[in-house]
Amino acid sequence: MNRTLKTAILAVATMGFVAAPVFADKAAEKAIGARKAQMQLYAFNISHLGAMAKGEVDYDAAAASAAANNLAALAALNGMAMWPQGTDSTAMPGKTRAKVEAWTTWPKIGEASAAMKKASADLALVAGDGLDALRGGIGDVGKSCGGCHKPFRDEE
Amino acid sequence: MSKTTIWLLSIAVVCALTFQWVTAPANPPASPGGARNLANGEVVFNIAGCASCHSAPKAEGEEKLLLAGGKRFPTEFGVFIAPNISPDPSQGIGGWNEATFLNAVLNGVSLEGEHYYPAFPYASYARMTASDAADLWAYIQTLPPSSASSQPSEVGFPFSIRRGLGLWKRLHVRTGSIQEIGEADPVLARGRYLVEGPGHCGECHTPRDISGGMVLANWLGGAPSPDGPGRIPALAGPNAKVGEWSVVDIAEYLRSGFTPEYDSAGGAMVDVIENTAKLSDEDRMAIATYLKTL
Repeated sequence: MNRTLKTAILAVATMGFVAAPVFADKAAEKAIGARKAQMQLYAFNISHLGAMAKGEVDYDAAAASAAANNLAALAALNGMAMWPQGTDSTAMPGKTRAKVEAWTTWPKIGEASAAMKKASADLALVAGDGLDALRGGIGDVGKSCGGCHKPFRDEE
Repeated sequence: MSKTTIWLLSIAVVCALTFQWVTAPANPPASPGGARNLANGEVVFNIAGCASCHSAPKAEGEEKLLLAGGKRFPTEFGVFIAPNISPDPSQGIGGWNEATFLNAVLNGVSLEGEHYYPAFPYASYARMTASDAADLWAYIQTLPPSSASSQPSEVGFPFSIRRGLGLWKRLHVRTGSIQEIGEADPVLARGRYLVEGPGHCGECHTPRDISGGMVLANWLGGAPSPDGPGRIPALAGPNAKVGEWSVVDIAEYLRSGFTPEYDSAGGAMVDVIENTAKLSDEDRMAIATYLKTL
């Protein structure tokens, strides 16, 4: 084998090693981006409910129901593809605050996610029933957020 | 015996006696007058966060009222393990009396007259009123008993010598208020009491010095997270995000865990909010009002 061919083979082989993680990183970052977008949509919808709970805007049954229904729909999304293995803060520091324990303690995160689905669905049922019902439901949703944010998220 | 030996022995004896005197555990405080108030005891239980540390390791919801102990708290001084403080007469504290309980909570002294490790946040509870502590004792006795036995802390020499904690207390336990709040405003005064005393917010949010005491000069100035990357946020000073929050924002955060951006509380703060969610709107507003003065 001549020298040029050797170099060429070596170059291609090395490229394979370098390129594979780059593609994997791209996919991982897209998944992280997607779940952050989902979190943003949660926050946007809860913000309308929170503003009513705090008395910053007047309570509006139709608007409250709409936001709570959106929240319940978002919570019902299948998130499996957004949380692939290796997208934790140990593997990808600075990109995510999701602790590796979210994966290593499976199915705990699934249970926490089911509790959040239930709290959001319950809130959607009562959000139109007045301010007190709304406040109570938001409290339960907030608690269910903690179901993941307590064990599975790093401090900022 | 030579003169030098006698001198050295005398110095050693004086040192030992001084150490014994300086590190002596406090005596139980006097029993407060008046009747005990169970409802207030429950409020104190919630703001003091007793269940967050003393419930069984994986307890959730109502199970947290079983104060069986067993949670582990790894620190640079060793691993502290929360004891059983349920009213079980043999494994818990059901055999104690009010004076013993007050001495434990307010002075950090055990039934046997030994110093507790300050993982038990008596450096903050020392600011609690004796009457609140007595109500708390009355309330804890109404909770279910657990027969789980308490585990000893895993602490190495020299921290294993509890007597030495007397020195730590001399350095770090203060009963006076930390933040000056000007003229007497009952809401502000209530907020200060809850935050600086039973709420023991400073235990996580205030940085610690090399001996593990809170640096009161940097009260609520933020600190490294004890378990994992990141920081426990500052509540005072230029870096405090809550400085930009309104009183209503802070009160809502303490109720539902939602920040003004509708992010939610994470880490150990989730346990705190589980407790503050049970307080009255008035108490949450009082805490928020005080935090806004920092």
